Amino acid sequence: MNDFLEFKNVSKRFGTVQAVDNVSFSVKRGEFFSLLGPSGCGKTTLLRLMAGFEQPDNGSILLDGQDITQIPPNQRAVNTVFQNYALFPHLTVRENIAFGLRVARRPRQEIDAAVTEMLKLIQMEDKADQRPNQISGGQKQRVAIVRALINRPRVLLLDEPLAALDLKLRQRMLLELDLIHDQVGITFLYVTHDQGEAMSLSDRIAVMQGGKIEQIGIPAEVYEAPKTSFVASFIGDTNFVDGTVTALPMPNYCRVRVEGLGEILCYNDKQKAVGDRVNLSLRPEKFHVTLEQPQEDARLNVLRGKVENIIYAGNHTRFWVHIGERRIATYHQHRRYHLDEKPIRWEDEVWVWWDADSGYMLDDYAPLLEERGITPPPETIHSANGKEQRI
Amino acid sequence: MSRRWREISVSLPSLLWLTLLFLIPTVLVLAMAFKPSDGYGGMGPGWTLETIRSLRNPSYPAIIGRTLGLSLLTTLLCVVLAVPMGYYMARTQRIWRQTLVLLTVVPFWICFVVRVFAWKHLLHPDGFIRHGLLALGLIAPDTMLLYTTGTVMLVLVYSHLPFAILPIFAAAEKFDFQLMEAAMDLGATRWRAFTHVFLPGIARGIGTAVLVVLIPALGSYVIPDMVGGTESEMIGNKIAQRTFGDRNLPHACALAALLTVAVLGPLMVMVFGKGRSGTAEKSVGGVV
Ligand SMILES: Nc1ncnc2c1ncn2[C@@H]1O[C@H](COP(=O)(O)OP(=O)(O)O)[C@@H](O)[C@H]1O
Ligand SMILES: [Mg+2]
Repeated sequence: MNDFLEFKNVSKRFGTVQAVDNVSFSVKRGEFFSLLGPSGCGKTTLLRLMAGFEQPDNGSILLDGQDITQIPPNQRAVNTVFQNYALFPHLTVRENIAFGLRVARRPRQEIDAAVTEMLKLIQMEDKADQRPNQISGGQKQRVAIVRALINRPRVLLLDEPLAALDLKLRQRMLLELDLIHDQVGITFLYVTHDQGEAMSLSDRIAVMQGGKIEQIGIPAEVYEAPKTSFVASFIGDTNFVDGTVTALPMPNYCRVRVEGLGEILCYNDKQKAVGDRVNLSLRPEKFHVTLEQPQEDARLNVLRGKVENIIYAGNHTRFWVHIGERRIATYHQHRRYHLDEKPIRWEDEVWVWWDADSGYMLDDYAPLLEERGITPPPETIHSANGKEQRI
Repeated sequence: MSRRWREISVSLPSLLWLTLLFLIPTVLVLAMAFKPSDGYGGMGPGWTLETIRSLRNPSYPAIIGRTLGLSLLTTLLCVVLAVPMGYYMARTQRIWRQTLVLLTVVPFWICFVVRVFAWKHLLHPDGFIRHGLLALGLIAPDTMLLYTTGTVMLVLVYSHLPFAILPIFAAAEKFDFQLMEAAMDLGATRWRAFTHVFLPGIARGIGTAVLVVLIPALGSYVIPDMVGGTESEMIGNKIAQRTFGDRNLPHACALAALLTVAVLGPLMVMVFGKGRSGTAEKSVGGVV
């Protein structure tokens, strides 16, 4: 499949704020593509550029090979689901949905049929003659989606469509969105700051930060193989560990000396040489925490530590283990649970071990995180050089 | 105390206010129309229909018609000017918005009569505007800028425009302009978004503007008196003339009653004829 929607070196500045900074990416036909990033990183601006409400300072936007940068919003085959729905308060649900076709001067029968079909799709036939202020948030959300879909846009833009809903409703709408995407087969460009939403819905995710795209990939890629410390910390929790390569004991692996932790083995896909500085992301769920010593294995990292904190969370338990001068956060899944099993308690000496393949080498250093003025989101666990940990 | 009683007691002050200052005077005016005149500015004993009959004076329909026409046209022009103004004020930067609001209310700091008098000077046959237009050949030498119906119209619009701008701006400021983007996103032109989304969105503001311009315009008396000619008299002038010139209070009351009926009739139809659609009632409520 070739590229359907293309952003080429697009930049947009508001006064002193570089909202979008030389962004290039492409979306495939029918794809569910997400822009994921913290508030203020330029997601909405990108969407508004796509819809035509903003003009880029530089660069161009191509839709199916055609440059649409100069085309006004009402002539773009692109429709938007706005963050706060933007339903017309003076029109009924039916009239709201019909708006696009009315404007396009479609015949009355066609409009009625299409609107009825849409109402059926969102199961709101009984609410057709209500006004937006008479329906619930979830219902408004659905109306906003089908109102944008009725013109059969080539791309549907969604700006944090679930942000205003409560948790339960959000989970239901998540499934519904997925279903709608499957049914209509339209390309979705989805903006969110919620990694869970992006992970569960998207074919591919672009992780954004400060107007730039840090990484594009399928959900598993951005989670398991984050390029930068920002991506690693924004998507899920992680332990950052930095050190120096001391040896290359076997092909594709390197030994890394980590200040205050010891020597660990790491998969060396970045072809680092002895003496190079490296920064690793170690996901908490990759660790094993046991009272018994694990069996010897050349590719296993085995460290001894002391349990500092335990949080039981039903499907998993979180252990914070003090190893050397550092603190490592780990999640332990309860794959099997025997009530008579000797439980790990506070202050217990434990074995912490993980497969060398489970650590992932980042393109940048963890200390850079602070230098670049980036505040990691809460839930990020920092253990680099005994820095304060945020949980 | 029951809910109903509480509601009544809460609305009692405004009810009292309306009764004292609006309902009773109106009823008195209506009643006086049925009293005979004593010829000295007072009323004679007993009741009579003579005054009402005298309203058949052939000059009245023309004056009533002109009053309605001028007032409606004033209202229309004020709203047509105020809507783009309010739209612009709501969309522009804060600093400009505040400046424009200030400029809108600044005329109120000068006495109304003085402002109308200023127009008299501006449009004077020997004033610089007329001389300027003459020199440019834009008007014929016998064109008068003052004492015409057009002059009355101009000054009516001038003095009522702020009353139209303020409610329309207030509504536009509360309007969510993302709705216009949503309309354009769905294929509407900017103009269509303006007419089909913005205008309905500020309907209440427009309703208020119509009422606060139309009602005082109908009662205009100073403006046609000062800048109008004999051909641009309005009902207010006639009422004043009957009161102060002829010292015939019942006749003045009858004219006032006629105006009230002429205005209230269509208004009632508009407000209650619309049923329970809400907007009209609410905008009326906003004024009262
Ligand atoms: N119209 C605008 N005028 C000035 N600054 C803006 C405007 N729109 C967005 N910005 C700025 O651009 C940056 C990116 O904003 P936005 O795209 O809304 O981020 P996001 O949707 O990711 O939260 C922010 O710093 C924001 O303040
Ligand atoms: Mg946003």
